[in-house]
Amino acid sequence: MGFLDIKQATKSYGPVKVLHETDISVEEGEFLVLVGPSGCGKSTLLNMIAGLEEVTTGDISIKGRSMNNVKPAERNIAMVFQSYALYPNMTVKGNISFGMEMQGVPKPEREKKIAQVADLLQIGQLLDRKPGQLSGGQRQRVAMGRALTREPDVFLFDEPLSNLDAKLRVDMRTEIKKLHQKLGTTIVYVTHDQIEALTLSTRIAVMYGGYVQQLGTPKEIYDNPANMFVAGFMGSPSMNLFAAKVVSENGRTAVEIALADGQKATIPFDKVQGQEGRDVILGIRPEAITDRDGADRNSQNVHVVEARVEITEPAGSDTFVVLQMGGKDVTGRFRADVDVSAGDRFPFAFNMDKAVAFDPKTEERVA
Amino acid sequence: MANTSTNPSAAVGRTKASSLSAAVPRIILYTVLVLFCIYYLLPLYVMVVNSLKPLEEITAGGMMALPNEWTIAPWGSAWSTAQIGVDATGLRPYFVNSLVMVIPAVALSTILGALNGYVLTKWAFRGSTLLFGLLLFGCFIPFQMVLIPMARILGLTGLAGSVPGLVFVHLVYGIGFSTLYFRNYYAAFPTELVRAAQIDGAGFFTIFWRILLPSSGPIAVVCIIWQFTNIWNDFLFGASFSDFDSQPMTVALNNLVQSSTGVKEYNVHFAGAIMAALPTLLVYIVAGRYFVRGLMAGSVKG
Repeated sequence: MGFLDIKQATKSYGPVKVLHETDISVEEGEFLVLVGPSGCGKSTLLNMIAGLEEVTTGDISIKGRSMNNVKPAERNIAMVFQSYALYPNMTVKGNISFGMEMQGVPKPEREKKIAQVADLLQIGQLLDRKPGQLSGGQRQRVAMGRALTREPDVFLFDEPLSNLDAKLRVDMRTEIKKLHQKLGTTIVYVTHDQIEALTLSTRIAVMYGGYVQQLGTPKEIYDNPANMFVAGFMGSPSMNLFAAKVVSENGRTAVEIALADGQKATIPFDKVQGQEGRDVILGIRPEAITDRDGADRNSQNVHVVEARVEITEPAGSDTFVVLQMGGKDVTGRFRADVDVSAGDRFPFAFNMDKAVAFDPKTEERVA
Repeated sequence: MANTSTNPSAAVGRTKASSLSAAVPRIILYTVLVLFCIYYLLPLYVMVVNSLKPLEEITAGGMMALPNEWTIAPWGSAWSTAQIGVDATGLRPYFVNSLVMVIPAVALSTILGALNGYVLTKWAFRGSTLLFGLLLFGCFIPFQMVLIPMARILGLTGLAGSVPGLVFVHLVYGIGFSTLYFRNYYAAFPTELVRAAQIDGAGFFTIFWRILLPSSGPIAVVCIIWQFTNIWNDFLFGASFSDFDSQPMTVALNNLVQSSTGVKEYNVHFAGAIMAALPTLLVYIVAGRYFVRGLMAGSVKG
């Protein structure tokens, strides 16, 4: 049994089921990120943990105590909202102390806590201002400060960074991670940004269509996606997914892929052994498609295929090279100084250790 | 840079010509506006000027002229000695009646409207939309339709012919509008604030009192102006449901002007009419100042 247990929890609005049976067990001190596109049920699940939405069936418990009939204020949780939700009529100080006031914490103790939190988040000079006079980043800090005063069992974050500009978002991301390391509190964090999910979390639940598609460490999710949705959603640029056929070549299992010019490439691929004749969707991350020198030296299965370069996209630190395979644009991540231009025929190195295969119909992993 | 500064004098000449041609429509616009302004202020001018004249100057003609002899006697008469109904009490007791009626009616309908708006938007329940629809429907029922049923209810509750009875009538009629105002205002109020307060441990009324109400200034002012004007100016309910000792200002003014005995003291009538209009004017001037937008700025995404 974990610290925060979600057991067979579902949520329905009338006949519409927005969250299907979900089981997640979170250990104390974990940083769980719920990630998925809009409408996948991630915010609903977070609100259910907070007690802002009722659980239709199933159970959510914290520290072994069922929370189904416990009011939000009594769950010992704290939440940071997407819009910060700072009370506009109160000063920063008022905002931070409001929760403690409601809990009946005596004034001297409140003052002490406010000073502590202000010090931790460096918002001491803002305490007498109104939220309207703060910048986005400052509001974000105040919202976190308000949550911190409660010393909660579980911190809930609902897309806290999505209203910030790109630069600030990266800074605040680092700060949230530092804060987690310093305080060691259990965190459940909702985002639609897969980079945030990968950088912050100790575990990720990828959600789609009201189902948890995969639950695992960032590395598991990235290297071993359970299905095509997870493969395509996590990683940037996203994993290349294209049609291939499993064949046998010189006694070795391989995949046959259509190239742009009507030719076919055959790449040995042992993972699908015994499934000859089957159509699959092959998934390869861009960093597993490189030039010959850039290939992973520890990999046993680097295979070279010559193909035409469609376009190149220099991106500063890397150059993305696009070729056509199985009727799709396929991106490879090359070093920035690689000498290749559109229209060239070029030997691409495929690291098949990192390749995965999916069933075209069920979209589930087959290898 | 070099290009733009080649011929400064030509540039100045051009701006002068263009500013002149831009000014013409502006001049026309202001002329028209000033004329309209005079047109609308003329009745007020006539009322004020004639309320400060002796009666002979009015009956001698020359409504538009300034008084030859300035006097505030008509005001004194209208306030405390004019014959209204059977007694020569002036408008004073009826003014007090109106105040005693309008203040609780406005306060209660505004507070109840705010509570309704809060519940309908932030604690919506099954059927709340229907309920709101019915309340809204109440706004559009003509006054005349409720006269008889209302008279029956006032009779049954023993409130007939009393100031509390009038307060009740206006409260019932006002809730529809005040609910409409507050519901629409709170619909735009971020629900996340309510949720944050819930997690902070605030209850139903604490959230209303500490979070929503302090941000409701603009809509409260709109609601108060609307309710005050309507209730103060109401004649039909006042005439239908009041006795001699509970008549509001509007009914008393009518009695003053319509009294068939003696000479028609136009100057007193004018003074009385201005008195009856002053409170609503005052509410506009005082409360209008607080009607500023943007009190919500900065609570959420900026």
